[in-house]
Amino acid sequence: MPFGQLLIEGLAMGACYGLFGLAVVIIYRTSEVINFAAGTMAVFSTYIAFHMITFYGHPFWLAFFFALVFAALLGMFVEFFFLRPAKNPTLLGLIVITIGVQLLFGGLVCWKWTADQQAFTIPFSYQVIYEPLPGVFISQWAVAVFVIAAVIVTLLFFFFKYTKLGTAMRATQQNKHAAKIVGIKTDRIFAFSWAFSSVIGVTAAMLISSRTILDPEFMMEPFLRAFAAAVLGGLMSVPGVLLGGGIMGLIENFFGYAMPAWKPITAFVVIVLVLCVRPSGLFAKHYVKKV
Amino acid sequence: MLKVNNIETWYDLIRALHGISFTITQGDVVALLGSNGAGKTTTLKTIMRLFYDLKEEQPEKGTIEFLGERIDRKDTDEIVKMGIGYVPEGREVFPELTVLENITIGAYTRRDKAGVKSDLENVFYHFPILKSRKNQQAGLMSGGEQQMLAIGRALMSRPKLLMLDEPSLGLSPILTQEIFTIVKNINEKDGVTILLVEQNVNMALKYSHFAYLLENGKIVRADKPEVLREDEDIKEFYLGIATEQSVKGYKRYRRKVRFR
Repeated sequence: MPFGQLLIEGLAMGACYGLFGLAVVIIYRTSEVINFAAGTMAVFSTYIAFHMITFYGHPFWLAFFFALVFAALLGMFVEFFFLRPAKNPTLLGLIVITIGVQLLFGGLVCWKWTADQQAFTIPFSYQVIYEPLPGVFISQWAVAVFVIAAVIVTLLFFFFKYTKLGTAMRATQQNKHAAKIVGIKTDRIFAFSWAFSSVIGVTAAMLISSRTILDPEFMMEPFLRAFAAAVLGGLMSVPGVLLGGGIMGLIENFFGYAMPAWKPITAFVVIVLVLCVRPSGLFAKHYVKKV
Repeated sequence: MLKVNNIETWYDLIRALHGISFTITQGDVVALLGSNGAGKTTTLKTIMRLFYDLKEEQPEKGTIEFLGERIDRKDTDEIVKMGIGYVPEGREVFPELTVLENITIGAYTRRDKAGVKSDLENVFYHFPILKSRKNQQAGLMSGGEQQMLAIGRALMSRPKLLMLDEPSLGLSPILTQEIFTIVKNINEKDGVTILLVEQNVNMALKYSHFAYLLENGKIVRADKPEVLREDEDIKEFYLGIATEQSVKGYKRYRRKVRFR
């Protein structure tokens, strides 16, 4: 039985979930809003890259970077035109707005590119397979996923830890009121975090779609998995969501091999069990505000 | 330096400030006194424009001038940049950031790196304990240390006017004394003008050069602390020195106070 291959493929898929979970976590960290539109926003940006490659014949990398820029603008657009105008919003109200955004963009994508399934290819194919150790197979796609995930996570870590903007983002998340007092423009911080999340989301979406298919709904299931991974990690910590993603990917892959019929639900069952034991996730560390 | 002219602030249909006017002279320690619900914190928040989220038109009436410029329609970050530092009630530090990060984020609006560095040294000079704790998470510190941290954070924006909202809240008398001594030092050595909001009237009168007394959103007394100390009402209701007893021997709860 190809244990090594299952492991690596599972980890690679898990890294994709983890990355996409990061997109959810970044917005949650700054504003405590869960962005249900994350999947569809990423689909929209992926289609932009797809459109550039298929219809205009641009090279992949140009389309890739254009999609990243588009995703950043899209994130800021959503924050600015949908969330900010909300008057005296409650958290739940904002979350419902993101669901509305999801429906809106879902419809837009269906209208522009139809609901047909397409093939989205990136230069890293999952059919090209290396054998670094005898018996261990790793596809080019998996290598690309690991490298990209590692780069993004390292950059994020340094960004949040050492840059002024990153510190300001953490500060805003912890105490919006105090952040205003020290002169942070909190509105701008929210717009930034939306842009950030959207960029990471589209990166993950492109990796996922190149492994599966491209249609307007293809991020629905990965979004749920990524969200579950984020919940498992505690919705707050970056290492937590990656670990959560890894666990999701592994469980899914091993069960998918052993009992294919149970593949879609096993991971969720595990999460329910974990949350029964640790209700706030594996890595949660929430300070209870002292009065 | 700061000139507050007849401001009114409303919380929906409730008027919290009924037209407050006061001025602060450069270099002074000015105390804003009053009991719960008198409108002290609301005054400070109005000056910082922290009600902007609720309403754009806040304060509803009146003007606020700082260094000759009107700030009553400016954004909070611009007001911070102009040189008003605010230490909020209940400290409000960032609990998961380290002490050092908490302090340096106070300089968020500044661009001069050398100045920030020397100000950091200055904060550590005033609060040596923060230096020894600088890599600790702020949420794990004691109340007094968090208060020091909040003051240090506000100092990092190099304010010309520092507004302190109840620095003694929840602190022991010894710590309160210590904080007030440091505040006095900041005023004298760094030349920072200070607006002090306090419920601890005795302490505030000891350290201030001028004091305003707020009651129900109005200023009812404005004088030098020496004069206020001798005021019969203040003695009885704020300093707890009862002088007069009613016929039945009860302490009188409140006397109608008018000003001007």
